[in-house]
Amino acid sequence: MIKAAASLPTSVKKKNEFLYFAFKNTKLRVGLGILLFFLVLMFVGPQLTEYEPTDFVGPSGVPPSTDYWFGTTSFGEDVFTQFVYGLPATFMVGIIGGGLATILGMTIGFIAGYRGGVVDEVLNILTNVILTIPALALLLVLSAYVKVRGIFIESLFIGFTTWPWAARAIRAQTFTLRTRDFVDLAKLSGRSSLKIVFTEIAPNMASYLFMTFILMFGGAILTAATLDFLGLGPTQGTSLGLMMNMAVLWSALPLGMWWWFVPPGIGITAIVGGLYIMNVGLDEVFNPKLREM
Amino acid sequence: MSLQVVNLRVFYQTLRGDVHALDGATFSIADGEIMGLAGESGCGKTTLGYSLIHLTLPKKFVDGWVKLDGENLPIGDTDRMEAFRFKKVSIIPQYAMSAMNPTRKIGKMTSELLESRKVRFNDILPELKRRLDLVKLPQDVLGMYPIELSGGMKQRMVMVLSTLLNPSLLIADEVTSALDVSTQQAVSEMLVEFRDHEFVKSMIVITHDISILYQIADSILVMYAGKPAEKASTTTIINSPLHPYTRLLISSLPKVGVKYSSQRLSGIPGNPPLLLDPPAGCRFRSRCPAAFAKCSQEPPFVEVKKGHYVACWKERGIYA
Amino acid sequence: MLKIDNLSKIYRVGTFGGQELHAVNQVSFEVGDCQVVSLIGESGSGKSTIGKMILGLISKSSGSIIFNGTETSSLKQDTLKEYYRNVQGVFQDPFSSYNPIFKSDRVFKLIKDEFFPSIDACEWDEKVENALKAVGLNPETVLNKFPHQLSGGQLQRLLIARALLLDIKFLVADEVISMLDASTRIDVLNLLADLKSRGLSILFITHDLCLGYYISDQSVILYKGHVLEKGVTEKIYNSPYHPYTKMLMTAVPRLDRKWEPVSIDIKAEVPNQIDGCVYYDRCPLAFDKCRQRPVLVEISKDHSAACWKLPEMIKG
Repeated sequence: MIKAAASLPTSVKKKNEFLYFAFKNTKLRVGLGILLFFLVLMFVGPQLTEYEPTDFVGPSGVPPSTDYWFGTTSFGEDVFTQFVYGLPATFMVGIIGGGLATILGMTIGFIAGYRGGVVDEVLNILTNVILTIPALALLLVLSAYVKVRGIFIESLFIGFTTWPWAARAIRAQTFTLRTRDFVDLAKLSGRSSLKIVFTEIAPNMASYLFMTFILMFGGAILTAATLDFLGLGPTQGTSLGLMMNMAVLWSALPLGMWWWFVPPGIGITAIVGGLYIMNVGLDEVFNPKLREM
Repeated sequence: MSLQVVNLRVFYQTLRGDVHALDGATFSIADGEIMGLAGESGCGKTTLGYSLIHLTLPKKFVDGWVKLDGENLPIGDTDRMEAFRFKKVSIIPQYAMSAMNPTRKIGKMTSELLESRKVRFNDILPELKRRLDLVKLPQDVLGMYPIELSGGMKQRMVMVLSTLLNPSLLIADEVTSALDVSTQQAVSEMLVEFRDHEFVKSMIVITHDISILYQIADSILVMYAGKPAEKASTTTIINSPLHPYTRLLISSLPKVGVKYSSQRLSGIPGNPPLLLDPPAGCRFRSRCPAAFAKCSQEPPFVEVKKGHYVACWKERGIYA
Repeated sequence: MLKIDNLSKIYRVGTFGGQELHAVNQVSFEVGDCQVVSLIGESGSGKSTIGKMILGLISKSSGSIIFNGTETSSLKQDTLKEYYRNVQGVFQDPFSSYNPIFKSDRVFKLIKDEFFPSIDACEWDEKVENALKAVGLNPETVLNKFPHQLSGGQLQRLLIARALLLDIKFLVADEVISMLDASTRIDVLNLLADLKSRGLSILFITHDLCLGYYISDQSVILYKGHVLEKGVTEKIYNSPYHPYTKMLMTAVPRLDRKWEPVSIDIKAEVPNQIDGCVYYDRCPLAFDKCRQRPVLVEISKDHSAACWKLPEMIKG
C-alpha cells in the first residue's frame, strides 16, 4: 500500500536501462543476428553472383558445387541467385504487409479500447467478421479478377486480412491503461481524447506496439510464403515462397533435388524464427519482472 | 524467550549494489507477547517480517541469527526452513485476502494447503471447525468460493488458515489496512483472541498505523532506515518515547479533537536516507532536532530502562 | 460555490445489465467559499464516485451539480475547459497519477499547452517556481526528475502545485494522503489547510476520521451511497446522532483511549437495498419503519441526520 520512497540515484535514465539490458539479452542478440545476416545477404548477394534469377546458366538439376553454390533448378537457373534475389520480396512483404496490419490494428484497437461502449461493440463485430472470413477463399476469388499481381498487391492483401490480431491485443492494453489516474489527469488538463491516446497511452505501450509490429512482420512473411507456395502470390518476380512453389510444381521432391526447396525453406524458417526469438528477448528487456538478475 | 533475533542483517541485491534494507536488528519477544513493528516505508519492517519466514532473492541473508523457542531458525537456508514454515512460524501476508485462488472452494484450498505440509485434512477438520466458530464464520464457508465472502470474512478465513497448526510465531503484515473501520476493530481483536486462546504463542504485527498497535500490542518496535530506533511497552512508546524520531512521529499524528485552527501539528522535515549507500553514524541525524557532534558515530541499541531499548546518544531523553 | 442536489449514479450490473447498482443515491450537500468539507465514508460509500462526477470524469445519472450557478453537465469541450480553470482534482495514488515514462514536470507542461499556449517561457518558469514554493517544494530538487525518483509526498505536492498554476477556486482531494507516510501526511494536510486561507474551497474525501476533524469545517457522512448525517464537524464528532456515525466514532482506533468492548457482527455482503434505510442490516436500533428510506431531518442549525429514531434521540 505505501510505496517505497525513492531509492535510485538522481541521473538514472530509463533509455540507458533498456539499452543495457538489450545488449545483454542473448535471445535478442541471436534473433537480431539472424535477421541482420539475411539483410546483409540481401544487399551483398547480388554482387556475389553474375547471373540473373531466370538466366539459363548451365546444366539443369545439378546439386550444389563450387560453380553453383546452391545447385541449379530443372531449368538450369542458379538457385543461389534466385535465393538472394528473392530475399528483397520477402522483406518487402513483411514491412508493407506487416506495417499495414499494425497501423490498421492500432487505429481500430485504440479507438475501440479508448472509447468503449457502442463504438467498441461495433468495432468488435468488424474485427470478428474479418477474423472469420477465410482469407484463402477470399484470395482465390480475388485472383480470379486480378490477373496480374505484384508484391505490392500481395502485401496489401495480407495487411488488410491480418490486422484483427493486433487490434485485439492493442484494444486490451488500451482498456487497462485508460483507467489509470494519469489519463484522468490529462482529461482534467483539458486534453482532447485523440491527443490523450497519442501522447499518453501510445507512448506507454511503445514496447508493446513494437513487438506487435515484429510479430506482424514475421506473420506476413509466413503468410506470403504460404500464398506463394500455393501459387496465389505475385505473378511476376521471385520470392522464397515462389521458389518452393516452382520446386514442387516441377517435381523436385521425387527427383531428389533437395537443393531447390531446402534453402528457401530454411531461409523463411530462419528469418521468421529469428524474429520470434527477438520478440521474446524484447519482452524480457521491456518487462523488468521477466529479467533475471 | 520465545523469539530471539540478534544483529539480523538482510540486504537486497540490485544492479547498483546492495541495498541495506535491514541493518542490524536485535530484539526479543517473550511467550504470549504481541509486538508491533512500526515505521514508515523503507524502514525495513516488511523485510524483517518476511526474513523470519521466507528469505529468497533478491533478498539475501548477510549476518545475524534467530532463535525460536531455543532452536536455531535457519532463515538463510530456504530448503531447511520448509520444516518450520506454517508449523512453527506462520505469516499472514499483506494482500492475503485477495490471494485466495478464485477457482477453488475454500475447503479444497485448505486441504491442498495442509496436504502440502503433510497434514491430513480430516485429522484437523474438527479443530478447523472449532476455530471457524470462534471467529464467527459459518461452517459452510468451506464450501464457498472466495468471491462469495466479504473482505472481513476473507481476512478472518486467512487468519484461521495461517494459525491452524498452532505456530509459535505469527507474523501479521498489514492485515487491517484494506479494511473498513468496523472490520478493522473486529479483525484486530481477533488477533488478540488467538493469542489468548494460545493458538499462537507470540505475534509480530507489522503496520504503519500506530493507533491500531496502541489498541492491541503489548510492545512496539519502531524502526527507521533499516535499523531499530526504539523498543518499549506500548504505553511507554505512545506516552513517553525517548528517541527523537518516535517522539516526532507520535506528535505528527492527527487525533480526533485536534483541529488545525487550534493546534497546528508538524511533521518531520526531510526524507529518510537512501539505503544503497547509507550514511555513517546515526541515520536519523539529518532530520533530528537534537543532533550533535557524537551523532556521527552510530549509537548502539541499548537497554536504558527495564524492557526499554533506544538507539540514541541522548538516551536519557532529549526533553528531560 | 458548489451545490450538489439529489445527485445519483446508477450502474447497470449483472448478466445482460439486468440489475442496478446505486453507487450514489440522492446525495445533497453544499460547499461554500473558502470552506473545507469532508466527505467521509468507507469503501463502497460512493465518495470517490461523487468526486469524479464533480470533476466531470464520470457522467451523472440524475440530480444536479451546480458550480457558481452553472449546471456542470451542460458543459462540453470549450466550456468544460473553462470549468477546469476553476475546478481541479488530486487523487489517491501519487505514482499512478504520473505517466511513468515521462518526467514528473510534464504535468506542468500539459497545463501550459492547454491553458497558456502563448505564454512567454520566462514568465512560465517563474509561475512554476512560485507554485512550487507555495506548496513547500524546492524547485531544484523536484524539477527534471522521473516520478520514481521522487517520494509520494513530493509527488502529491507537485499535483497541488499544478492545480495552483490555474488559480483554481475549488479542489477535489480524493484520499490524497492515505498512501503517504505518517511524517509527510501532516505536511500535505497543513498545506491544504493553508490554501483555504488563500481563498480555495476543498472537498476532502477520506475514510480517516481523524484527518477529517483536523481540517474540515463541515462533514458529510456517507454510507453505501447515502448521506446519513451531515453538518458542522464539531457537532458531528462530539455529538453524533445517527447509529452509523456513532459506530464509526467508537470503532476508530485512537491514541488516547482503548476500544470499547463492542462485539461487532460482520455479516456477509448484502446487496444494496433499493428502498428502506441503507443501514438497516447492521443497525442495532432498526425497527419496522426503517423499511422506508428515512429523510434528512435537521437536528440543529447546520446538523442533520437521516434516521427514524431521531425524534426520540433529540428528546432524550
